[in-house]
Amino acid sequence: MIELNERNHLQHIQITHDVELQQHAHESIPMLQLLDEQGMLLSTTCPLWDQATATKIFNTMHYIRILDERMVSAQRQGRISFYLACTGEEAAVIASTAALQPNDMIMTQYREQGALAYRGYSTEQFMNQLFSNALDPNKGRQMPIHYGDKALNFMTVSSPLGTQIPQAAGYAYGQRVSGESAVTICYFGEGAASEGDFHAGLNMAAVLGCPTIFLCRNNGYAISTPANEQFVGDGIAARGIGYGVKTIRVDGNDALAVFIATQTARQIALEEQCPVLIEAMTYRLAAHSTSDDPSSYRVNEEEQKWQAKDPLQRLQRHLIQQQWFDEAATEAYCEHHRNEVLRALKVAERQPNIPIDEIVTDVYAQVPLHLQTQLDALKDHVAAHPNDYPKMTGEKS
Amino acid sequence: MIKMNLLQAINNALVTAMAANPKVLVLGEDVGHFGGVFRATSDLQAKFGRERCFNTPLTEQGIIGFANGLAAQGCIPVAEIQFADYIFPAFDQIINETAKFRYRSGGQFDCGNLTIRAPYGGGIAGGHYHSQSPEAFFTHIPGIKVVIPRNPYQAKGLLLSAIRDPDPVLFLEPKRIYRASVGDVPEEDYELPLGQADVVQVGTDITLVGWGAQVEVLQDAAEQALKLGISCEIIDLQSLLPWDAELVCASVNKTGRLLINHEAPVTSGFGSEIAATVQERCFLHLESPIQRVCGLDTPYPLIQEKQYMPDALKTLAAIKYSVNY
Repeated sequence: MIELNERNHLQHIQITHDVELQQHAHESIPMLQLLDEQGMLLSTTCPLWDQATATKIFNTMHYIRILDERMVSAQRQGRISFYLACTGEEAAVIASTAALQPNDMIMTQYREQGALAYRGYSTEQFMNQLFSNALDPNKGRQMPIHYGDKALNFMTVSSPLGTQIPQAAGYAYGQRVSGESAVTICYFGEGAASEGDFHAGLNMAAVLGCPTIFLCRNNGYAISTPANEQFVGDGIAARGIGYGVKTIRVDGNDALAVFIATQTARQIALEEQCPVLIEAMTYRLAAHSTSDDPSSYRVNEEEQKWQAKDPLQRLQRHLIQQQWFDEAATEAYCEHHRNEVLRALKVAERQPNIPIDEIVTDVYAQVPLHLQTQLDALKDHVAAHPNDYPKMTGEKS
Repeated sequence: MIKMNLLQAINNALVTAMAANPKVLVLGEDVGHFGGVFRATSDLQAKFGRERCFNTPLTEQGIIGFANGLAAQGCIPVAEIQFADYIFPAFDQIINETAKFRYRSGGQFDCGNLTIRAPYGGGIAGGHYHSQSPEAFFTHIPGIKVVIPRNPYQAKGLLLSAIRDPDPVLFLEPKRIYRASVGDVPEEDYELPLGQADVVQVGTDITLVGWGAQVEVLQDAAEQALKLGISCEIIDLQSLLPWDAELVCASVNKTGRLLINHEAPVTSGFGSEIAATVQERCFLHLESPIQRVCGLDTPYPLIQEKQYMPDALKTLAAIKYSVNY
């Protein structure tokens, strides 16, 4: 016998007699800031991080700057086809990942290489993916920067925007019903938040009680489209409130604020089995990608203003204040990694590519008959025209 | 064996799968205590709890996106789309996510645990938004399987296989015969192989290929053809992706004639794929042009539904044309 409850969906609604249209339910949602631009601590009551965590975040931010700079150059030299830097947004990505546990799943958009680096992805692994060589875990099937690593709980990147948002809700539901003490974090930009998948994902996570942390990097631009041509409401954070999701807006260039906000979000998501939305306000100092030129849609003065808010400089000033900054160690770290990136790049670009047979694997768990037939025909054709196709591993030259 | 209709067989398969494996979850619009608009998920929530059978908000892209995440995590989701006509908001999730998860990650992650169920097809006075047969769109997506049962026995066995198959499966259910198709179904757990067609009736003069509710139409036409002395071989494709070209071609090599019947519009329907493959492989055995008895290239009509449908009479006319060619 089904037990039915009487429901009243008007219960929480007050009656008014004034004809008044509402646009803003409340004041603009405030932004959590714990470090000022000089790295000074702005709160005396907030929990802090330890020196080891702060230093690891700081070093990873340096590492990503080095990687991004080298790989943008490598693309300009024609050594890789495409790259996408996250300059200016390192704190939003790296400090949030730092607040997670290794068993938490990370689902990203595409500009979150810092999360992967923080988890321990090696320079060699980055290079193998960027060069689509035989050691690329994606088997050379995806454009550069579409990283993924099962061992590090980092879901393989896909290009369509926002598709990871409802998936992150489902993944976290799976973690919950499997009894795992883990959450899923889902990164996306303010542009992707216009996709239907954003609305579907947030609402489902709220209704179905999914321990998902949705982290929006509001960097002001979706390629060339500025945020004020993307939406007119109070950013992405206000939408969280609309869906009944616990929400916090944070200064995305303030590593400490991002870290504390994410740590709090994780605790709430796990304890209350509910989603949390974080809107990290930041700025894409980089071009959208190596195929983009921002000078055609924004002015230099604007970029300079944001250079002054550089999250890496701000964190360094904070480390100095805390007497945690070791200039010689930082210089040595950067020097080591600059060399490492160059070395790994040269090794990766000389690696062989994958055998042609991999064109039909992983479409299904087993290669079905029709794909085997197509592969056989393809190989016969290529063998008959040996000079007309790129050589793959295992083919006679 | 118990007498069941097609809906009861599907419900029975879901109960069997959920009882056998606690990872199996059922989600979709109204699938909870209400049991779905067709009652395919009746009593699942009462039997297995709200965590394992739950209503979702009304968002098809969300349902499949959420189910992709569940599948990648290790759960075994069976997601219901209330009508196949409403699956299109989820098209992106299916094409770009479900189907490519394994390929794009080099096999690190996959959505192989996912099964999507959706009632499809006409004959219920449903007009264009409760009658469409969108199977051909999905046969164009490498990485998923497309399966359609024709009766209760096939429905239970194929659905259990689909749920346990290591690849994502779109399981389309012919809703016109949800209650009309009744047959003996084993109570125990059993599976029928995916990717294999089924010879429903052996014959010598012409091969008739169909799937879902149209198999009954082919049987009806074949019975009338027999009275004219024409012996029809009837093949139920069962799986459209991958499809059993070997069995179909072997049959055509024997009979020398082929007729394909489907409700979906003729242009770029799955019949086109079958016809192309058969002419490649059976060219010298063909005695007459391949016949396609299909829906018109129009939106699915309402008041002219009877005229639109590729019924037994149209099928019989095409059989006669082919045999007398």
